[in-house]
Amino acid sequence: MTGILEFLKGCGRQVTTGNRTYFAWLAALGTLIAIGVVAFVHQARVGLIATNMRDQVSWAFYIGNFTFLVGVAAAAVLLVIPAYIYHWGPIKEVVLLGELLAISALAMCLLFIMADMGRPDRLLHMMPGIGTPNWPRSLLTWDALVLNVYLALNLVVVVYILFQAYNGREARKAILVPLVLLSIPVSISTHTVTAFLYNGMAARPFWNASILAPRFLASAFCSGPAVMIVLFQILRKTARIPIQDEAIWKVAELMSYAMFINLFLLGAEVFKEFYSATQDTMHSQYLWFGLRHHAALVPYAWASLAASTIAFLLFLVPKTRQNWITLNLGCLLIWAGVYIEKGMGLVIPGMTPDTLGEIYEYRPTITEWAIALGVFGVGFLIFTILVKISVPILVGTFKTSGAPAAH
Amino acid sequence: MSHPQLPVVEPEAEAGHDPGRRALLQATAAGAAIASLSACGVDVEAFFRKHFRELSPEELKRTIAKIEADEKQRFGKAVHVGTQGPMPGVFFGYGLDLSRCIGCRRCVYACVKENNQSRADPQIQWIRVLQMDKEHGVDLSHAEIYYEPETVPQPDKFYFPVQCQQCRDPPCVKTCPTQATWKEPDGIVVIDYDWCIGCRCCMAACPYGARHFNLATPTLPAEELNPEQHYLGNRPRPKGVVEKCTFCIQRTRQGRYTACVEVCPVGARKFGNLLDPESEIRKVMETKRVFVFKEELATHPQFYYFYAT
Repeated sequence: MTGILEFLKGCGRQVTTGNRTYFAWLAALGTLIAIGVVAFVHQARVGLIATNMRDQVSWAFYIGNFTFLVGVAAAAVLLVIPAYIYHWGPIKEVVLLGELLAISALAMCLLFIMADMGRPDRLLHMMPGIGTPNWPRSLLTWDALVLNVYLALNLVVVVYILFQAYNGREARKAILVPLVLLSIPVSISTHTVTAFLYNGMAARPFWNASILAPRFLASAFCSGPAVMIVLFQILRKTARIPIQDEAIWKVAELMSYAMFINLFLLGAEVFKEFYSATQDTMHSQYLWFGLRHHAALVPYAWASLAASTIAFLLFLVPKTRQNWITLNLGCLLIWAGVYIEKGMGLVIPGMTPDTLGEIYEYRPTITEWAIALGVFGVGFLIFTILVKISVPILVGTFKTSGAPAAH
Repeated sequence: MSHPQLPVVEPEAEAGHDPGRRALLQATAAGAAIASLSACGVDVEAFFRKHFRELSPEELKRTIAKIEADEKQRFGKAVHVGTQGPMPGVFFGYGLDLSRCIGCRRCVYACVKENNQSRADPQIQWIRVLQMDKEHGVDLSHAEIYYEPETVPQPDKFYFPVQCQQCRDPPCVKTCPTQATWKEPDGIVVIDYDWCIGCRCCMAACPYGARHFNLATPTLPAEELNPEQHYLGNRPRPKGVVEKCTFCIQRTRQGRYTACVEVCPVGARKFGNLLDPESEIRKVMETKRVFVFKEELATHPQFYYFYAT
């Protein structure tokens, strides 16, 4: 009991100490969260009429952000695979940071779902025992299941690694390896099931394409590691975690292959849509060229394609992926590209035109932006705090007073 | 902000037949939770209300009494909320004669009135009439919903009303995560407004735009409230849930026509029991050639279109 108390006190000390940049960062996140809370209270009071969602476009910005973040959560853990294959030194660190990112991204996913629900107060109607989940028929029940399993799995691995390190012990491979190996198929299934949520809707031809789930995975393998690359650079400067240049460059190289697959699948889709040119092509038409004088998404669609293509080239050419400026620029471009593609670029064209051919051009309201900022604020805050506590434990500067001497 | 209608008896606490669930609910609900909920203006009884199909006859009676009392307080008039079930040997079918429809939208407004739909912000209409070009035929990329000519029908146009097609294989029911919507034995797809979580999966799944969302608390003038209601039909809906056409369940289960059939000035709308060979809808199917909307999606509607002339 005193051990736990000591640990919590230590955590408090880690979180409340830092340089000026750290506190400025916390203050910025706090501001975002406050903005989000005000907006959410407003939306809860008046209803989803505070958004620009309507019957024609009944899912939009929140669900788009959710979809993008499921990808981030899924792919962060997938870095474990190359870490094993290429024998990177600090594999435990890579696993841990990936799982921390996954936990933060999943928290944001759940918050976006809450923001999108008409009746968040009735969430428990989906829970087995209390409610009446429509399992196995409803894909949303599957999504809730895999996301929560994935979250639980990540929490267990993180707590185990940190608990061992805090007590000055090495994490036991017999426990850790099976858990990490299990989290790989679970992370893939979270993103696959999220894709199926859209994919299974025959009423929406833009989503009802078999290529959707593979494209989800390919783009996720870009967006998740992009965060990790930036994070690795920060942490090896500030926390003395020995991550080799070669490991970072390898991640960038793998991302370029993933982006190539993503762009290839996109090309396959675009060919099928525009060459066959059926009634169902309207949705792709709306996304890429505009339809009947409605073209809100067109600049974003092309910007996304440009960002993804440039990032692909930057990461493909060894010279530019080994240059820190172009490497980080590539990460930024990949985030922008995939954020548009897997967010608004996926959700909105699926519902525009609507099932009766009407075009309602959706743009998020200030309230939607504010709530999204708040959710990202919460996510980054969770991630910051988790990293702030975990890294000192990993490098051995934060440990129990009763721990054996470092080995 | 305290709610004026806190129930004296909390119904969940008396539900004797499901002790595990009750204990769980009580555990999660206890003390502070209830207090904070009611302080936020949340109706505690409604919060713990069960799924319609799980209510015992006793609980159902109490729930109905509560709903009727709430409505009386909100609208200042007595209402009757029925729960009449499907009639045996009845499976409803609907026919729409496209050659007769003149696009006057009387059905739209009769439906709004009969079924207590929100009048504005959001304006909800369960029937949507599409104006189409004669030169294109049935073609959604040339359909117009917001047509406003001086008179209808326009010479070069025809009209194609769409509402819930009461599919035999409804994609909306399949996708609902909480079983808040289901198909009744007489073929009507219904929603339990007190169980819907407002995730809108069903709206994404519906190929007919038949499902509508209460973006805000519905605006419903008291003097226009239809007091003859059904639990799964036209009782006023809360904010944040989905609603749809129920073939006027409050009428048709008592052997009456739907409001849209009754109001149609040209007799374009036919309704009846598909299991009764003498019914109007069966006569239509035998003497005319019918088709269903978006047959390629295999939703197998109970709603048939035809051209009588």
